[in-house]
Amino acid sequence: MAIEDDVLVVGGGLAGATAALAAARTGVRVRLVSYKKSTLRQASGLVDVLGYAPDGTGPLVDPFEAIDALPSTHPYRLAGTDALGRGLALFDEVAGDAYRGDHTDANALVPTTGGAVKPTARYPATVEPGLASDDRDALLVGFDGTTDFDAPLAAAHLGRAGVPFDVRGATVTFPGVAAADATATRFAQVLDADEGGARAVLADRVRTHLDGERRVGLPAVLGETDPEGVRGALEEALGVAVFEIPTGPPSVPGVRLEALFSAALSAAGVRVETGNPVVDFEGAGDRIDRAFVDRSGSAVPYRADQYVLATGGLVGGGIDSDREGVVEPVFDCHVPHPTDRYDWFEDDAFGDHAFARFGVVVDETMRPLDRRGHPEWANLRAAGAVVGGADAAAEKSASGISLATGYRAGRLAASGVGAGELTRTECGHTR
Amino acid sequence: MASRTDVLVVGGGSTGTGIARDLAMRGVDVTLVERGTLTSGTTGRMHGLLHSGARYAVSDGKSASECIAENRILREIASHCVEMTGGLFVKRPSDSETYFERKLRRCRECGIPAEPLSGAEARRMEPYLAADVDRAIRVPDGAVDPFRLCVANAADARERGARIVTHAEVVDLTVDGGDVVGATVRHRGGPGASRAAGTTEEIHAEHVVNATGAWAGQLGEMAGVDVAVRPSKGVMTIMNVRQVDTVINWCRPKGDADIVVPHETTAILGTTDEEVSDPDDYPEAQREVDLLIDELSKLLPILAEARTIRSFWGVRPLYEPPSVGSEDPTDITRDFSLLDHAERDGVTGLTTIVGGKLTTYRLMAEHLADHVCDQLGVRSRCRTDEVPLPGSEDDAVLDEYMAEFGLRSPVARRSAQRLGSRTSDVLGTDEPNPVVCECEAVTRAELRDAIDEVGADLNAVRIRTRASMGNCQGGLCCHRMANELHPASDDATVRGALSELYEERWKGQRHALWGEHLSQAMLNHLLHATTMNRDHDPVPDSRDGRTDSAAVAWSAFDGGTDGD
Repeated sequence: MAIEDDVLVVGGGLAGATAALAAARTGVRVRLVSYKKSTLRQASGLVDVLGYAPDGTGPLVDPFEAIDALPSTHPYRLAGTDALGRGLALFDEVAGDAYRGDHTDANALVPTTGGAVKPTARYPATVEPGLASDDRDALLVGFDGTTDFDAPLAAAHLGRAGVPFDVRGATVTFPGVAAADATATRFAQVLDADEGGARAVLADRVRTHLDGERRVGLPAVLGETDPEGVRGALEEALGVAVFEIPTGPPSVPGVRLEALFSAALSAAGVRVETGNPVVDFEGAGDRIDRAFVDRSGSAVPYRADQYVLATGGLVGGGIDSDREGVVEPVFDCHVPHPTDRYDWFEDDAFGDHAFARFGVVVDETMRPLDRRGHPEWANLRAAGAVVGGADAAAEKSASGISLATGYRAGRLAASGVGAGELTRTECGHTR
Repeated sequence: MASRTDVLVVGGGSTGTGIARDLAMRGVDVTLVERGTLTSGTTGRMHGLLHSGARYAVSDGKSASECIAENRILREIASHCVEMTGGLFVKRPSDSETYFERKLRRCRECGIPAEPLSGAEARRMEPYLAADVDRAIRVPDGAVDPFRLCVANAADARERGARIVTHAEVVDLTVDGGDVVGATVRHRGGPGASRAAGTTEEIHAEHVVNATGAWAGQLGEMAGVDVAVRPSKGVMTIMNVRQVDTVINWCRPKGDADIVVPHETTAILGTTDEEVSDPDDYPEAQREVDLLIDELSKLLPILAEARTIRSFWGVRPLYEPPSVGSEDPTDITRDFSLLDHAERDGVTGLTTIVGGKLTTYRLMAEHLADHVCDQLGVRSRCRTDEVPLPGSEDDAVLDEYMAEFGLRSPVARRSAQRLGSRTSDVLGTDEPNPVVCECEAVTRAELRDAIDEVGADLNAVRIRTRASMGNCQGGLCCHRMANELHPASDDATVRGALSELYEERWKGQRHALWGEHLSQAMLNHLLHATTMNRDHDPVPDSRDGRTDSAAVAWSAFDGGTDGD
């Protein structure tokens, strides 16, 4: 029997998962195919919306206020603030008690491993006691066998940033892990299972450094499956608040967030397939008729009424390039880019890079447009980092863009099911 | 501030450090000044070929003979800087048979071991060679690490009493009645510098040596002498994996884009030859990178689709007497010239050495040191051809070190290769010794050893250890390397050193920004901007002009629901 669904979502990151959930909750039949493990595993686990304006102004206290001032080609302007609000509400529901930040529109400033602060709209509950606007004195504690977090250095840097509390750093040996190159994931597993009483031993080692501070920050390794259990045990033993500082890849909070979305997709009845790429498709008229998924060398047809492209940007593989140009490799959608490769970047490492904005151009219904400004396909929408037009890294807006465009693409795909050409009447949206 | 030395060597490349070592071994008091870090001129910007001499066998027999002699010496005195990969000169059907035969004959006449192979035999050695390669000549080419070589020379010179001063630029030569008697040096500061930025120092010297290579004309001008050096740029592109284990040369008379050199875990494609007017300011063009890949794909088709990680340009210090007047820089001799300005221009106290190649740096230093010792009346013999460089003595016992330290073998092996006979001192630590740079397998102990030597200059640490020089180009490890500077350096110093390293790593990647490496660059951008917010750090970088931290209205932001 042929594989046939109402909506086929290609890509399993935050945008793809959001689109699939938004569609499935309207009652349509949704399938999600994802080639690689989600890039959520590499991200910090913070869910940012907008930290800085495109001109660098910031950190912004209220990200929602600033959205109307963004250029009209920005994904937020195309998806609309309503879609952003609904995407965030969907996120809050999926994340439940594991995340905080929905009590206010204001951004939170979360300390980084380097001792800077990052503005973000949602953050894991394990991160909450560490926020930089909380004026309790803090002790940061790092591990001597790790290299990406030097707690005394991060504390010195936070101090120079002028945070409204005193902060010191200390280094301890993580209990029960002999290997010199243990990853964050390994530390997390030890704490989850409380191997050799690791929680109590770690608390003892931290306690010797406490000097009146009312909160203690550790790198984000406090358990993959039971972070609140681990954190609770440490807080009880130490008698002070304990928080996590998000790290680079591999990211334990990223792994936890992936698990939350995976459970939500399953509960919503989305059929999820991982490990096989979409390699080809066939169009009929102005519609995509079917996509082909490579399964062990055979191209298997997947047919759907509506399609959502959520394959990620340059990192996720949704946008690809060679010396000649930049392409969207799955449905071959148009990706505008300067013809001279030397115009793709600026000379400063943190310059205003064109490549950071590479992606497909979409209309207000999230349909990718061809070079003449017409929809590539009537039943194809795009969401997340595959959509261009914003330097999400500089703005700190990657997660919010995924939620807003994912929600809108998913909902419009669902409402387009069975409507054929009529989808064009669905274009209106509120701002 | 003033100081005195017998010989002031200007230039911290292979030639300058080689001269400093040679003179120091002969008991001469030497000061070496370099305006950047060691190797920051041409030495650190070459493809790392240890010539067998075969390349010059047809066109320049003298250079070829010198190369094979020095090749053999370097294998003995600098075994930890050299990998004897062997080399192939490969020919395709469209290349001249006559030239191939002449290359083979001339190699043998110059004393270079040369063995003809069939195309099939060559492909058995290097399976990625194109199917139409029909003949090849096997020669003893190798790969040399110019960074380690230069550092080993400088370290040995210092051990023998020389003063090595980096980040110090000669702003004027002191000329007294037609006699050069010293120089004014401005210290440029920067991470790891020995004196504060902006201070100047008068260095009085009996003799000044101009070992500034492509910049020799500029230094000569300060003494009123004309050194008609002809800087010629060449591009090199680094591939992300080592597609070949043998140096691959294209067997044809001359041409751009005709060599691939395996180097550690990578392969370097070279090169072009184009005269430039200013060695500090010349165009770096996309077409040059494209030319390398397009041409060399004809020898190794896999290169067309392979991932490149960065490209860089170097400037050759070519020199020929102005009377020769070659139009094409590829016709200019690769031999070196010693310019005795007393004899040539009537200016005493100054000698210039230009031209030459990294492979013959030791011979150049020997000639120059002989000349200077002659001027100073020092009677001694050169011994640099027989005394091994530090770190190379115990090459044969590296396997024992691996077992002794029980480290995972690839890391220990590569650390031991880099450290030579110092492996035991550096890796013999009881502290946790995690890998900091995963691409190049550089451990904390090795980084800290390099930091002890050069201070908070992460680019100098990079050159000594190769940390941040692999696939990720520092995206995953620059900040980890910076962490190792603390607590010896304070937060402001660490921040400045990190920015310098990250910017330096970015500059070379710009020429490789497509395909997988563009994806890598985006990942690095996301990690450093999104996750670490380094582009909007409230604390100012000493280099961006701000001194005060950005005023953040802390209380306006979300402070959480459980604080007080």
